[in-house]
Amino acid sequence: MFSPNCFTTDQEIAWCPGCGNFDILQALQEALAELELSPHRVLLCSGIGQAAKIPHYIRVNGFNGLHGRALPPAVGARIANSSLKVIVQSGDGDTYGEGGNHFLHTIRRNPDIAHFVHNNQVYGLTKGQASPTSDLGMNTKVQTAGVILSPFNPLSLALALGAGFVARGFSGETEHLKQLMKAALEFPGYALVDILQPCISFNKLNTFAWYKKRVQKLEGHDTGDQEAAERLARQWGDKIPIGILYQVPAPTFESRIPALQGEAGEKPLAGRPFNPGSLVHLQEEFM
Amino acid sequence: MEINILIGGAAGQGVETIAALLGKVMLRSGYGLCLDKDYMSRVRGGHNFSRLRIAGETPWCATGKVDILVSMDQETYFIHQDTLQEKSRIIYDPESFSLPQEEKRGVPVPLQRLAKEAGGAVMANTVAVGAVLVVLGMDTDSAEKLLQEMFAHKEGMVEKNYLALKKGYKEASHHCSACFSMPDKKIDEKRLFIDGNEVLGMSALASGCRFLSAYPMTPSTGIMNYLAGKQECGVVVEQAEDEIAAINMVLGASYAGVRSLTCTSGGGFALMVEGLSLAGMTETPVVIVMGMRPGPATGLPTRTEQGDLEFVLHAGHGEFPRAVLSATHLEDAFYRLNKAFYLADKYQVPVIFLTDQNFADSARSVPPFDFQRLNYERHLVEEKGLIRPYQRYRITEDGISPRALPGQFSGEVVLADSDEHDEKGNIIEDADTRRRMVEKRLRKQAGLASEMEEPTLYGHQEPDILLMGWGSTYGALRETVDNLGFQGRKAALLHFSDLWPLPVKAVSEILTSVDKSFCVENNATGQFAALFRRETGLEVDHKILKYDGRPFMPEEILQEVQKNV
Ligand SMILES: Cc1ncc(C[n+]2csc(CCOP(=O)(O)OP(=O)(O)O)c2C)c(N)n1
Ligand SMILES: [Mg+2]
Repeated sequence: MFSPNCFTTDQEIAWCPGCGNFDILQALQEALAELELSPHRVLLCSGIGQAAKIPHYIRVNGFNGLHGRALPPAVGARIANSSLKVIVQSGDGDTYGEGGNHFLHTIRRNPDIAHFVHNNQVYGLTKGQASPTSDLGMNTKVQTAGVILSPFNPLSLALALGAGFVARGFSGETEHLKQLMKAALEFPGYALVDILQPCISFNKLNTFAWYKKRVQKLEGHDTGDQEAAERLARQWGDKIPIGILYQVPAPTFESRIPALQGEAGEKPLAGRPFNPGSLVHLQEEFM
Repeated sequence: MEINILIGGAAGQGVETIAALLGKVMLRSGYGLCLDKDYMSRVRGGHNFSRLRIAGETPWCATGKVDILVSMDQETYFIHQDTLQEKSRIIYDPESFSLPQEEKRGVPVPLQRLAKEAGGAVMANTVAVGAVLVVLGMDTDSAEKLLQEMFAHKEGMVEKNYLALKKGYKEASHHCSACFSMPDKKIDEKRLFIDGNEVLGMSALASGCRFLSAYPMTPSTGIMNYLAGKQECGVVVEQAEDEIAAINMVLGASYAGVRSLTCTSGGGFALMVEGLSLAGMTETPVVIVMGMRPGPATGLPTRTEQGDLEFVLHAGHGEFPRAVLSATHLEDAFYRLNKAFYLADKYQVPVIFLTDQNFADSARSVPPFDFQRLNYERHLVEEKGLIRPYQRYRITEDGISPRALPGQFSGEVVLADSDEHDEKGNIIEDADTRRRMVEKRLRKQAGLASEMEEPTLYGHQEPDILLMGWGSTYGALRETVDNLGFQGRKAALLHFSDLWPLPVKAVSEILTSVDKSFCVENNATGQFAALFRRETGLEVDHKILKYDGRPFMPEEILQEVQKNV
């Protein structure tokens, strides 16, 4: 039967001991097991960074692509094989910085993808520069006088662009995070879970204790209330809400692509038989 | 015997509509024809023209001289008057401008007024077509049938267009009826009248390409338009947010098992370069149609150049195998793009297919294609050949690892990685694995080299004069060789379609035996000549280079050759 062990690999993990990534990995393995997804039916796409190494540490299909470019291959894979359960996982720099444009437009497309962003508010792999989500004033070797750019708010942006599923998790609340992941994986359409994750090596500001003190699980919130969700998305500081802020499905990208509908649509594009001779009639319009 | 018609006017004046209508009429009347377009990067105004060359057999390219000038505005006349011959005719609207007094070749047809009389100013194009037909001494049957097909779904439009056609025909007949004699027809089978982008779109579809992601950019947008219009055939077309997304989407789709394509021009390709390198590292098949236009930067957006050969040869950081093929002429390009898909799948590499605006926008009448010749082998591992546990990057003798798709085999996963990796696809950093993986990937280059097609000698089989070229200059070079032949010269053409790995056998053998060799390229630095020298150590005697954004005319090449022999 399914157990998180189905998803473990023999790889030596290159994360720092105590890193929040371990908890995220564990939550993911448990979520997949509980949803009874076989490894070969799952595809995990990532970019480059510490977080983005995750396809090596979990036994599912993986496309570990370029920095900032985790989303486009995932969209392509969904079109090619809509029977794959597709997950995208990367860091905050990768997703909101280098890949910002893809983030915007993937939300507009609404493909059936679960997007888990490891948001440690810093560039981990390149050793501690500010990321788009770094708090104002954070000192780094590059931002020597502290960050002066105002922080990027992924949840507000996703809501503004009409994302159907917007949530925030905390790596230190693994059980809660697992539930968020399961809900995102089962949601039909693009589902964003921004995961607060301490970086023990480079983020001395937003530490485990810092998050622990502030995160508050949402209770009694109506996930169909967009205005309430927008208010919650803006909350940052003494109290940071975690949970599902908004969950209202809309027609997916795949459901609006002609070639993926009807009888032909039941078979993934990748598996359809094809014979060039069947298209000779294409020439008629030119005669 | 041939007829050359040039239709010119401002953007928005219907130049292309007239050319397309006339072209189809000529096609159905059994003539051979070619059409090329010269247009500016603007939506209204400026000066655009289309050139239609009509002959018994299908001409290979456009020429500079003009028999009938359809001048939709005064500027057209002034720009093109030097190309007119004594017997040429100028069709123009005397109520919109007048020709100089001494100009006696005018055929005044009030296009606007007659169109309005027929039911609407938009039909000025149809009036002009009627005028051209009578000047050529043709009847209106074919044109009427075409208008019927085009407007059948629009209430009343067929009749109005008939009327417009007849009015133009009648009015022009007062000034000039059958002023030209048409060439003898030599074609009796059905032909297609199709342009380069349409041929590539059709070939992609018939090659089993089921996904295209691209960002609009001249001169490649036509491929995206073609495929977008064919979604009922089961192809998915996604306009990406930028070229970086386009190539990465295509790689994701290809990894998941679909033959995939992206198309762009130099600026967009520049944005794809990191993705190209990713295709090399992850060994993901991909075909990129790269339609060249003059650079640097935005350059001349709607014009032609062969300026990006060196760019595509070297694009992408790191060392990885690739193939570069080019579009020489329509009949060949249909099969060659299929070859690009075949090579990409078999060797799990990126394949770049070079075209340019001259190829993309030029149409000719060509025989139907043989769809049975197209290859759709996917080169995937099958159940019986599967070695478990599956390893995406298993080291093999020819460097080609067994390719499985995610989800293909229960219990097996497929891991593609942009980091250097081991056979399973997991990140590594050790020196030994790195070395073995570099060597594995590069071994595929030898396989690719064995697939490259040597150019065949066209023209005299023991030539004194050798012309060399690649890509879309084929037609102009072929005509040049024919013309040199007519002059009693022993001339031949070696024209390259497959460019990398460069097939050098034929050319190395012949180059030393000719008196004079010429490399003809639509660029300023002779990029192919340089590649050729790099690969063979041999040098051509002369380079004939053109870099004004316009395609070569055969007469220009002829002149340059004559100067140097
Ligand atoms: C095109 C490109 N630019 C820069 C880099 C270098 N780089 C690798 S990871 C990274 C930032 C990682 O930050 P984040 O995405 O937040 O991931 P983390 O390491 O914090 O998990 C950078 C700048 C790269 N690999 N590719
Ligand atoms: Mg980070």
